Amino acid sequence: MSISKEEVEKVARLARLELSPAEVEAMAEQMGTVLGYVAKLDEIDATDIKPTTHVLDIENSFREDIVHPSLSQAEALANGPDQNGEAFVVPRII
Amino acid sequence: MDVTTLTIHAAKDALARGEMTSVELTRKVLDRIDAVEPKVNAFITRTSEEAMAQAVQADAMRSRGEGGPLCGIPLGIKDVICTKGIRTTAGSKILKDFISPYDATVMEKLNSQGAVCVGKLSMDEFAMGSGNENCAFGTPHNPWNLDYICGGSSGGSAASVAAGECLASLGSDTGGSIRQPASHCGVVGVKPTYGRVSRFGLLAFASSLDQIGPLTRDVTDAALMLNGLAGHDPRDSTSSRAGHEDYTEGLLAGMKGLTIGIPTEYFGAGLSLEVEKVIRHGIAVLQDAGAEVKEVSLPHTEYGVAAYYIIAPAEASSNLARYDGVRYTSRDMDADSLIDLYRRSRSQGFGDEVKRRILLGTYALSSGYYDAYYKKASQVRTLIVEDYKNVFKECDVLVSPVTPTPAWKIGEKASDPLSVYLSDALTIPANLAGVPGMSVPCGFSASGLPIGMQLQAAHFAEKTLFRAGFNLEQGLGIQGKQPSLS
Repeated sequence: MSISKEEVEKVARLARLELSPAEVEAMAEQMGTVLGYVAKLDEIDATDIKPTTHVLDIENSFREDIVHPSLSQAEALANGPDQNGEAFVVPRII
Repeated sequence: MDVTTLTIHAAKDALARGEMTSVELTRKVLDRIDAVEPKVNAFITRTSEEAMAQAVQADAMRSRGEGGPLCGIPLGIKDVICTKGIRTTAGSKILKDFISPYDATVMEKLNSQGAVCVGKLSMDEFAMGSGNENCAFGTPHNPWNLDYICGGSSGGSAASVAAGECLASLGSDTGGSIRQPASHCGVVGVKPTYGRVSRFGLLAFASSLDQIGPLTRDVTDAALMLNGLAGHDPRDSTSSRAGHEDYTEGLLAGMKGLTIGIPTEYFGAGLSLEVEKVIRHGIAVLQDAGAEVKEVSLPHTEYGVAAYYIIAPAEASSNLARYDGVRYTSRDMDADSLIDLYRRSRSQGFGDEVKRRILLGTYALSSGYYDAYYKKASQVRTLIVEDYKNVFKECDVLVSPVTPTPAWKIGEKASDPLSVYLSDALTIPANLAGVPGMSVPCGFSASGLPIGMQLQAAHFAEKTLFRAGFNLEQGLGIQGKQPSLS
């Protein structure tokens, strides 16, 4: 299966990744190879089979709504590369 | 006392009898790390000072009659598990300075027992890889032959235990990342049942597959470690409410009454002859110990890798969206719009394999492709789950190789991602079905590389795994063999 460079660029935009032309070329080839292999799944007719998203029979996992101690604002912000003590700072968006 | 072969259970007894202190034990382990780490490169971050302070505390706890079975035992932690105040990188440049403000639940459990943490161990970036060659901080070497990979993604976790740099370690397993490096490094590695161990504080890769587990020098130690790790956690809604068990119970029960299944599909094309020979010998050992042996079939095994390489990248593309340059340490400070900040921070911070999987996952989930890829893979996953349900009506434990070949040379598969993906064909199905799996050292290749046997059991049947693994270990009598590291 082949993936075009345009498709790789489109997916990269969706994934918020910026790729160099050489990376786009390499990824197009490698993704094509992997998706070509994945096409093996087409050998199976799974039309009426229920998909599995969770392997154990856990249903809703409820707990009491009790307030526990949590991170302070300073701790929560500590790893931010740019923050002002109250919030993470990002470039202006409006 | 030789710390390179010391087991947790032997150390625990020696500590209890007062034959040594945790401080002495930890000092010896740190000296060993100093001596061999330049060759092995198993650690991303060493925590020698903190370890000595924890050892002092452990000795104090013991003298007060406190502390658990792991009190004073020097352990290594895969660098994907959050440790309060000590950096957690996930092997990625994007988290090179990330210091978690909290401990993972498994760290809280180890700390409350008085365990000692000697450092954070190398891994493939965000646990994506099979050779630990995708780490932003260098590749660890297989202690049995330094030219070879130690396996991945928990490569540092396996190499450090094999090289005598800690008594045991924690790893994580999404498609074989504990069992495969354990096999390549000649140590025991356990992927517990999905949900058995809390994942709160484990940096998420693929949430429907990830599980934390121990790597140890023998099966008894693996059971002791799981005793310390398992249990429901209200902070992880996927963690199981199954009650507490003592996994060390029943190890001595022998194999009589257990049926081991030999899955035909695990012995197919691509399996190296020397791996097959070692595993067949292991099966004979279990049979001699009283096990009934029968051929069984899991017919959808061959679709595991294909389903996995849709499901795991899809989940990863979503989980890794949080590394956006805003909250976690690395940002391109020159970006002048928010969208550029995201794109540039992520592109500079992630390595090639992580980018590849994010792209694959985004593609598989994107509009128009969801049904053909993610839904289809999830349906095939159901068939794999059914295979296991059926096979465990016929047998108690599945026995097979962990990997089709012994470890490969560092760099040998660098340009061929698909061949690396395919090397995980025998470990991926357990993650897709959520069943527990274990690798136990079973023998060596002609060139002296370790080969492990994989044991798999039904959901929550870890005790059966440990019982069979213990019998294999005793019957083989290869314990205590050490790499020369020359």
